[in-house]
Amino acid sequence: MNKEYNPKIIGFLCNWCAYTGADLAGVSRLNVPSSLKAVRVMCSGRVNPLFVLKAFLGGADGVIIMGCHPGDCHYQKGNYYARRRFVLLQKVFETLGLDFERLALSWVSASEGPRFARVTTEFSEKIKKLGPNPAKEEIFL
Amino acid sequence: MPKVLKIKKGVEEGINDFLKFLLESGKVKGIFTLKKTNENGAVSYSLITHLDELKKAVPLFPLMPVNAGKVLSAFTLLEATKDTVAAVLRPCEIRSFIELVKRFQGSMENFLLISLTCGGVFPLKSAVNGEVKKLLPIYWESIKKGNISSNIRPTCQTCEHFIPYQADMTIAIVEKKNTDKECNIFLNTDKGENFAKEAPGDIVFEEMDTNEITELKNKRKTQKKKLYEELGIEKLEFKTLIKIFSACLSCHACSHACPICYCTLCDFESKIFEYKPSSYNMELNQKGGIRVPPGTLFFHIGRMVHMGVSCVGCGMCSDVCPVNIPVSMIFSMVGDSLQKMFEYLPGKDIEESIPFGTFKTEEFAEIGE
Repeated sequence: MNKEYNPKIIGFLCNWCAYTGADLAGVSRLNVPSSLKAVRVMCSGRVNPLFVLKAFLGGADGVIIMGCHPGDCHYQKGNYYARRRFVLLQKVFETLGLDFERLALSWVSASEGPRFARVTTEFSEKIKKLGPNPAKEEIFL
Repeated sequence: MPKVLKIKKGVEEGINDFLKFLLESGKVKGIFTLKKTNENGAVSYSLITHLDELKKAVPLFPLMPVNAGKVLSAFTLLEATKDTVAAVLRPCEIRSFIELVKRFQGSMENFLLISLTCGGVFPLKSAVNGEVKKLLPIYWESIKKGNISSNIRPTCQTCEHFIPYQADMTIAIVEKKNTDKECNIFLNTDKGENFAKEAPGDIVFEEMDTNEITELKNKRKTQKKKLYEELGIEKLEFKTLIKIFSACLSCHACSHACPICYCTLCDFESKIFEYKPSSYNMELNQKGGIRVPPGTLFFHIGRMVHMGVSCVGCGMCSDVCPVNIPVSMIFSMVGDSLQKMFEYLPGKDIEESIPFGTFKTEEFAEIGE
């Protein structure tokens, strides 16, 4: 029995911008792939890089963090720290030969319903092309 | 041109004389350095306050039983030492001390930091039954010639930061041909100059950086590529990582020996990442198997994320690993690429903020758009 590969993407969405934007996309009946499982956090700066790492090693095909645009963070500076943490984690992945393309960070504001739909669709397509996460098969992690 | 205190004795005798002068004159109340603990060559770091004990000091002995930066941080965790202490440390130990001071884990005040141009140290596993004593003559020969001594820690063989950045004084050893007749101590700071006043010896002017030093840096760069290939880590990928860390026992000795890993309660030993029976069951159901104890790769990659930006490549982690995983080579490789990306060199400048705790409003502009 061959199930069509529907990727599992974990999304960390900041409450004030990204999550609200996602909600707007939903209310506007825009097409958003079902592969994204949203986790609401108060700020993208709350996202511990270890969450992303655990999701990846746990078998998530893709992990995306979405927050307010730089300069518009509800808590002033959180998204700047999120940006630094993201590039740090991506660089660690890249140096270790892990698939850093499976990680993404995107700025989506509360009014950008269409942008949320577009970013999620594009990321989901990218993850589909990359195939399932090899960590899913590994027991000896 | 830098000022140098030139003592007309062999470098080992010269530095011991200088340390004796510092203690005798009352300029310092204690000397922190390596001391012989038995005749077999066992050494350990000691804080010496009596001249008699100073006779057993071996500051230049090529062994690092513990990263001294970690020890100095333990001394000054709550407040600076009340009296001045002269500490003889290797360049990476000073760098790790500074990284700890940046994290409010110590104070540099009241230390006279003496370092050396470093030719590396032997792995702790080779320092049993007097083995290091036998290897010493070959070790000193290669250092004189400006070569990489074989048998030293792999991270020492590949270290490009063997000239100390924040030392008050630097003992010039690497590629110096006359170390059996002369002891040259570079006085890098005003503090260094003050402490060297009235010391036995002459003040001259010499350059630290020579062609041979640049050549040695290049030799070590080449050795780095060679060792990466030999260990099979020059091009890592998921399956290779699993294989390399498959031997890991999760003893966390690497983390305990690491100077940067100062957290009294490490995340990876706390309840946050504890595996409860329900998680065991969940994984068993999903994958049909689970490694026990779980979370090996998560611990190592997580530790890289936490301390990579400050990794000074001292090599303690590899030394203490009971199953010979090349931890230090992998961690310093990741550390190097992180430090390059953030244009940050750990331990170089006490004023430079750790990349984790700061940001610029305009940077990495392509991310997120």
